[in-house]
Amino acid sequence: MLLLRIAATHVRNRMRQTVVSTLGVALGVGFSVAMASLMEGSQRDFMTTLIEAIPHVEILDEQRNPAEQPATAKYDAVAFHGLRPLEDLRGIRNPTEAIASLRDWVLGDFAQRLSGQAVLRYSGQDIGMTLVGVVPRRELLVSKVREDMRAGSFEALDTTANGLVIGGKAASRLGAELGDTVTLTSANGIAKRFKIVGLFHTGITTSDEGLAYAPLKAVQILLEKPDIINSISIRLADIRQANDVAARAERQLGYKAVSWEEANEGLMEAFVVRNAIMYTVVGAILVVAGFGIFNIVSTIVHEKARDIAILKSLGFPESDIQQIFVLEGLVIGILGALAGCLLGFGLSSYLATVKFEVTTDIEMTRLPIHFSYIHYVLSCFLALFSSAIAGLIPARKAAKLNPVDIIRGAT
Amino acid sequence: MTPAEAGPTSNVSLLLQTRKLTRILPAVVPVTLVQDVDISIGNSEFVAITGPSGSGKSSLLYLLGLLDKPTSGGVLIEESSTSDLSSGEMASMRLAKIGFVFQFHFLLPEFTALENIMIPMQKLGRLSARDQLEHATGLLVDLGLQDFLHRRPAQLSGGQRQRVAVARALANSPDLILADEPTGSLDSAATEQVFGSLQSIVETQKTTVVAVTHDMDLASRMQRRIHLVDGKIDYDRVQ
Repeated sequence: MLLLRIAATHVRNRMRQTVVSTLGVALGVGFSVAMASLMEGSQRDFMTTLIEAIPHVEILDEQRNPAEQPATAKYDAVAFHGLRPLEDLRGIRNPTEAIASLRDWVLGDFAQRLSGQAVLRYSGQDIGMTLVGVVPRRELLVSKVREDMRAGSFEALDTTANGLVIGGKAASRLGAELGDTVTLTSANGIAKRFKIVGLFHTGITTSDEGLAYAPLKAVQILLEKPDIINSISIRLADIRQANDVAARAERQLGYKAVSWEEANEGLMEAFVVRNAIMYTVVGAILVVAGFGIFNIVSTIVHEKARDIAILKSLGFPESDIQQIFVLEGLVIGILGALAGCLLGFGLSSYLATVKFEVTTDIEMTRLPIHFSYIHYVLSCFLALFSSAIAGLIPARKAAKLNPVDIIRGAT
Repeated sequence: MTPAEAGPTSNVSLLLQTRKLTRILPAVVPVTLVQDVDISIGNSEFVAITGPSGSGKSSLLYLLGLLDKPTSGGVLIEESSTSDLSSGEMASMRLAKIGFVFQFHFLLPEFTALENIMIPMQKLGRLSARDQLEHATGLLVDLGLQDFLHRRPAQLSGGQRQRVAVARALANSPDLILADEPTGSLDSAATEQVFGSLQSIVETQKTTVVAVTHDMDLASRMQRRIHLVDGKIDYDRVQ
């Protein structure tokens, strides 16, 4: 307590320098907190959007490894050359049975899909589309398409056998409106007329211009794939089980099952790199703030050389002298960290109110800020660590000062 | 008895002894500050260390006060060698047994007179906070500073500051007070006040005072005088 009082007195008597150094730490902590809140906010916002938009697990009509050829199964040969591989009709067969077997152990919702390419024609104009055949009430359980609807309804696909839901941008390009009848032509040349029963807007141009939903039966007929689907989407009650569910489903059904984490592996790695960069920058800011503290404590040690000699002559050991100057660094660090937390909270709160009007593919209306005590604890810890180190270097020098040299110098 | 072998002025127990105490300052040409000094000082002595400038008076005082380490020889306090003490143990010994008074007051400028005296007491922790305050106030009152308890050093005169320094040296009731030119920067009136204070300490508190001084008049009024020339004892005599 005595050492703290001496340290606090030294710091208080250099108010101008103390305020400048404290501000240095406060700005470091404040901007670090605001930056961390913004970075994590944007990451969480992106993840939420991503997780909402895609299925947690998707079972596809393909194998992870190429299918074994009959010749390989029959003979113990190392390799075959010149054989024509067995043609296999793609698609998940008996989807009802497959889903029923998953429903036994997977907690969540399922939706089957059949996707394929088709050309949408209206008033003499053509657009290539990805046509997705869905069971509307099941699709609504696994995707957020309902929230994206701008006109008509997605449920209308249930009651209209040849209903079609397309993106608003695609409709604009064709000049079609809700209720109009358009023609879809498959790659096999089969054409079928559909009635637009809904328009959606996701904000992602590729979807808004090139994606269409229709009832599963109608799409199976158009693509000539009766009773076949090519994917099962699963929305899990617990998203953390995605990897386990995908692995077990793949073993059970024999089809490739991809969790949302695997599907976005590159993105997850990018987030790790981004966080590493962020914390490096935060660390660098606080190291710079540490130099401010180093500067003031060094100045105090220089100015207080006589006091150090006095304290030593009074019987204060070297460890006490060292503690006094480390405490001085920490006092500035603590004041700076507290002010920095307030500044960081203020900055984050302000940034959370800033609105943007961006007209790119993904619309962002405000800066995503995530408030977490972890940011404050981490920034304060780094600031205090930096302060202690900044104080320790001159403190060690102070502790080693020879009082006799100082007393002789003073007299 | 030869002058250089003079011992305590009366038949009292030994407080301080040196054996062949030598301090050589390392340099390209080493400088001998103190050489082969053997002295014995008992309790309740009032000793003057005199000598011309550069004779090693202050260096001897710092060695006696364990502020500096000898090149060879040693210092014994209460007949125990201090040669093997760590710097921390030496600091503890200074805190409990030795008080310093320097030529310039060397008070901590940000603290009041009372706080300056209480700092070594707080460090030692022998007294309760209340007793510390009472003791510190008593010391200042005894030295005639009752009206200046809460003044900072900058608000005191030279004599007052030096008396506060004397009070601080007495804070932990040490056995030994080492004073380095305690009146060197004072006028004659202030010199008399500070000298009177030191004399009173020896008489009333039975504390030993060893003071370096240039002032031959003051030196002649002390019980014993050790005169140094070129770092060696020229004479050591009871007056």
